[in-house]
Amino acid sequence: MTINIENEKQQDAATKVETSRRNFIFGSVAAAGLTVAPAVMLYQTANARSLSDFSLKDGASSKVRLGMLVDTSKQVDWNKSVEACNKEHGLGNEKDSRDDQKTQYIRVVDVKNKGTGYTMSLPVMCQHCEQAPCIDVCPTGASMKRPDGIVLVDSHRCIGCRYCMMACPYKARSFVHEVLTDQTENTPRGKGCVESCNMCVNRIDKGQEPACVKASNGAIVFGDLNDPTSTISALLKEHGGKQIRADLKLNPGVYYQGI
Amino acid sequence: MKKLHFLEVEGNTKGFYTFLGLFSLISVIGILAAYYMEHNGHWVTGMNNQIIWGTPHVFAIFLIVAASGALNVASISSVFAKTPYKPLARLSGMLALALLSGGLMVLLLDLGRPDRLIVAMTKFNFVSIFTWNIFLYTGFMGIVGIYLWTMMDRPYNSLTRKAGMAAFIWRLILTTGTGSIFGFLIAREAYDSALLAPMFIIMSFSFGLAFFILVLMGLYKYTQRDLGDFIVNRLKNLLGVFVAAVLYFVLVYHVTNLYSADHRGITAFILTDGGIYTFLFWVVQIVLGSLVPLALLYAPTGKNRTMIGLASVLIIIGGMAQLYVIIIGGQAYPMHLFPGMEVSSSFYDGVVASYAPSLPEVLLGVGGFGVTLLLVTVAVAVLKFLPGSLADALTDPHSK
Repeated sequence: MTINIENEKQQDAATKVETSRRNFIFGSVAAAGLTVAPAVMLYQTANARSLSDFSLKDGASSKVRLGMLVDTSKQVDWNKSVEACNKEHGLGNEKDSRDDQKTQYIRVVDVKNKGTGYTMSLPVMCQHCEQAPCIDVCPTGASMKRPDGIVLVDSHRCIGCRYCMMACPYKARSFVHEVLTDQTENTPRGKGCVESCNMCVNRIDKGQEPACVKASNGAIVFGDLNDPTSTISALLKEHGGKQIRADLKLNPGVYYQGI
Repeated sequence: MKKLHFLEVEGNTKGFYTFLGLFSLISVIGILAAYYMEHNGHWVTGMNNQIIWGTPHVFAIFLIVAASGALNVASISSVFAKTPYKPLARLSGMLALALLSGGLMVLLLDLGRPDRLIVAMTKFNFVSIFTWNIFLYTGFMGIVGIYLWTMMDRPYNSLTRKAGMAAFIWRLILTTGTGSIFGFLIAREAYDSALLAPMFIIMSFSFGLAFFILVLMGLYKYTQRDLGDFIVNRLKNLLGVFVAAVLYFVLVYHVTNLYSADHRGITAFILTDGGIYTFLFWVVQIVLGSLVPLALLYAPTGKNRTMIGLASVLIIIGGMAQLYVIIIGGQAYPMHLFPGMEVSSSFYDGVVASYAPSLPEVLLGVGGFGVTLLLVTVAVAVLKFLPGSLADALTDPHSK
């Protein structure tokens, strides 16, 4: 009896070892799967993007220079683009900030020539400069440019020194003056950090055009400035386009017609 | 020069504890004000998306600029071998460190995310002048620390001249760096001038020496040690030269801006129609902060300690006004998206930005002065920074 009991104990132990080994193998496979899955998903996303109209084949490629062309001569309500931007990024949810403290990624600027009386309106957002002063002055590298030319802020690295806001000639950046809640999933925003138009990277990476472009009724064209066959390049080649404060030689990625 | 004995200030006195308590209180109030601003966010301040850097920056930059200037007295002694300044060299180095600490505290606590200091210390963008400044400030602390050591530890005295030279060169680069924070902002007319860097250096000479004289006279008065006219009058004559030099730079800065058409707008704004900024420029910076002190320092009554103290206080107030005009006035003047055109928008394009300093901002700034003076109070009691006497009989080579 004693021997039998011993045998049973040994068998139990063997089963336990078997079970734990099996668990280990399953666990490993599951862990490996979990590790690989996001990469596969990312790969699929990247592949899916190649199907989009924006020719972003290999992620943010330095062969691409994303930009926008704004036709100010078109009679559109630019405020629709502003509203679309605010909705996309969850802006305008400040409770305590004064008006001059609230974030605006895009604004409508009214311009009047004092001499001739000529007036026009145009939307102004981050101009996504090639030689961006905000990136030069940022001490931590939080202000950065993707290889495809989109200038954006890494909210996790920004220390809130606001030097980029001092340096930007377009007044394109805002500082978050209060605790924010109910942010949108796409646009993390936090008190004490600087933020600005990011050309809707969240949409672009999914193969969609920026929110302001979509709401502009064709008055803003988005695309690859480096691709001679793109609509934006063709329009610029045919009708030309101007950059705001081109004299500063920052080579913005946003062009305007009719200014 | 006769042999000087350096002595600590007696710490166990009512006067010492009074000053210790007072400066601690000012420092703590400043830190609490910063906590209030950080906890709520910057909406509780006067700052906004137009006036991005407010009153804390005025205080912080004043203290940092004054820090490099306070080191001048030591430099004159070690680098230019002027022996009358040698007894003051230790205080000069220590005050420079104390001023820099106060200034950096204010600068740091005004960040949107001061809790991310570790990011600023580990992630660098070497194109940014701010990044250079992080190294310039920490390097200044280290070099001046070594310089003080060579002065105060007898076996290393022979290295004082070399360390002093290093500190002198470093402080020139440091103030160039501080001035350059503004000097390379192409977008803003007020700052788009290479003249800002040398102007900041000469401002540092003036503000730093004014602060040094006040601290020196204060320390010797309250510790009842002798402070002879020989040293004080040398310092005050030098201070007058520095004030005049700042005036010269201010004149050249505005005249060169008037010369180029695209900078006339900002110059007219500061000089004639800028409201509070025009008032601060003419009344506080030029008249109260420069002309009146010059008159006080060089008038027949110029040797009167009260007059020298008053002149120094006015120079500091004028210097704060000067930085307020440069920093806040420079931001208030609108940037030109379309030069020559009238622009307007919901984001305050084309209009002079409004700004009123809030109480917490001012308290944080004053807290920076509190920290500086607290450090000085502790330092003079702990180490031998001050000669037991600076009577003329000891310092003046011509004294009988």
